[in-house]
Amino acid sequence: MFSSFMINTWIAGTAIALVAALVGYFVVIRHSAFAAHALPLGAFPGAAAANLLGVNPFVGLLVFVGMGVLLLRQLARIGRRDVGTGLLLVLFLGVGALFLSMTSEYAPEVFSLLFGEMLGVSDADLWPILGICALVSVVMITIFRPLLLDSSFPDLAALQGISAARMDLIFLSLLALVTASALPVVGAFLVFTLLVGPPAAAQSLSIHPLRSLLLAVIFAESSIWSAIALSYWTNWPIGFFVGMLGAGLFTLARSYRHWSQRQRPAVQVSSL
Amino acid sequence: MFAFLSSQPVQTALIVGSCAALVSALIGVFTVLRGNAFAGHALADVSSAGGAASFLWGISPLLGFLGMAWIAAFGMEFLGVRKARERDLATGIVLGAGLGFSALFLYLDVTTTSTTGAAVSVMFGSLFAISRGLIWPAILAVLAVFLLVGLFYRPLILTAVDPDLATLRGVSPRWMGLLQLLVLGLAVAVCALAIGAVLATALLIGPAGAAIRLSRRPAQAIFWAMIIALTAVWLGIWMAYESYYWFSGNAWPVSFFVVVLIFLFYLLAMLGSSWQHKYQRRGITSLRRLQEP
Repeated sequence: MFSSFMINTWIAGTAIALVAALVGYFVVIRHSAFAAHALPLGAFPGAAAANLLGVNPFVGLLVFVGMGVLLLRQLARIGRRDVGTGLLLVLFLGVGALFLSMTSEYAPEVFSLLFGEMLGVSDADLWPILGICALVSVVMITIFRPLLLDSSFPDLAALQGISAARMDLIFLSLLALVTASALPVVGAFLVFTLLVGPPAAAQSLSIHPLRSLLLAVIFAESSIWSAIALSYWTNWPIGFFVGMLGAGLFTLARSYRHWSQRQRPAVQVSSL
Repeated sequence: MFAFLSSQPVQTALIVGSCAALVSALIGVFTVLRGNAFAGHALADVSSAGGAASFLWGISPLLGFLGMAWIAAFGMEFLGVRKARERDLATGIVLGAGLGFSALFLYLDVTTTSTTGAAVSVMFGSLFAISRGLIWPAILAVLAVFLLVGLFYRPLILTAVDPDLATLRGVSPRWMGLLQLLVLGLAVAVCALAIGAVLATALLIGPAGAAIRLSRRPAQAIFWAMIIALTAVWLGIWMAYESYYWFSGNAWPVSFFVVVLIFLFYLLAMLGSSWQHKYQRRGITSLRRLQEP
């Protein structure tokens, strides 16, 4: 399981899970699950186009995901945000379907772009992934406080001179970067599952920002590690395990909160 | 033109495509009004697991799409789609789990039944390859949706526009929410069959999103949504058919044309109506506004 051809997968998986949990924390508190779903899928034609033109897939992914962020903001301005997000998503997917129909390696390509290819991480792929993950982490730490304030109390943030539009742009760009780095390894659908499942479970357990962020990272790392291991043993796609683990963690966390809330009145009285 | 209409795959595509357009326009208006675009999209995505499973077990793809869409609808209802704040998360979690199953079934499709095209036809649709036997089930599904919506039209509209008011008037939001998800599942299944599971969202929210901007009355909005959806589907089928000659033997996928056309119509409707608003503000219709009560 830890043989040489798997090492890159483990490293890339760990780095991606870390930034996915960081950005995912904000996806959950900003209620942006739809955008987190749309951007990875919107980036998908980028990989297909790069394949067609014979350039590095990262370039294609970054171009498409960047266009996605810009278009998303424009569409949200002229209409309902959720409708705009959905239409942007299907437009890009439609274009992706077109590009894929032009290449000869049709079906396996679609599957690995959507659901990930665990063994497909070469040394050349690894460095851009690690670089982007480091960049996202640094940006995240520097803007953590204003972004948190803007996400939880937009009015208060506006009073302090934090521009909501700029925060939105920064947040979407971070999301886009995570997406572009993670997509070739884990697939478009899985990026989304990692972004939403572990942070949502973590936030059911703790309201405190740092504690919940830490929990999200722990959950994300443990789900991707178990998913890689399970996928290695069973040969089943990695996306299946990450999806199941995310939903399972969330359900468990919710049940625990439900249960503890029932106990809570007694606890609160005693602590008062 | 005659060769186009007399080809059998084209006839099937036109019938199934029109079914998808009509049903999605009707349900789409409710979905967009309720702010359920993400849930609608999630149901469509999750239904791909059913489509993939249908290849595996040899059942009708329509049944596969429908079964999975309904399971997902109940899952969301169970996890708490009712509270607006929780809706986003519950939808996301169900979507993630559903996509996991989709991955698994598609993988099993490829390894056990050697249907390598399954991923493409489930995800992106292949309207020209639909078997004729699916025409009647699709029409039946559409009739069922129209019947249900016709019976509960007013409570459905009221719940979609103002849930609190609906509760006051004695409409159970729970039952209406469930009914809405059930008919949404039917609509999604027909759309997924026509243009593919991940692209079904285009038909579901594009025409409705544009039509709601064009008209304030729900019935009128439904009418406009149907016109837009039918135009996009018919034009898309025709263009895909003709593209075989445009690109010297490389036909482009139908779903691509349908999606792009819907997107263009949506942009036109949005820009047109915002231009009209600007124009109105400048004066001419300010009189009309004064006359309004």
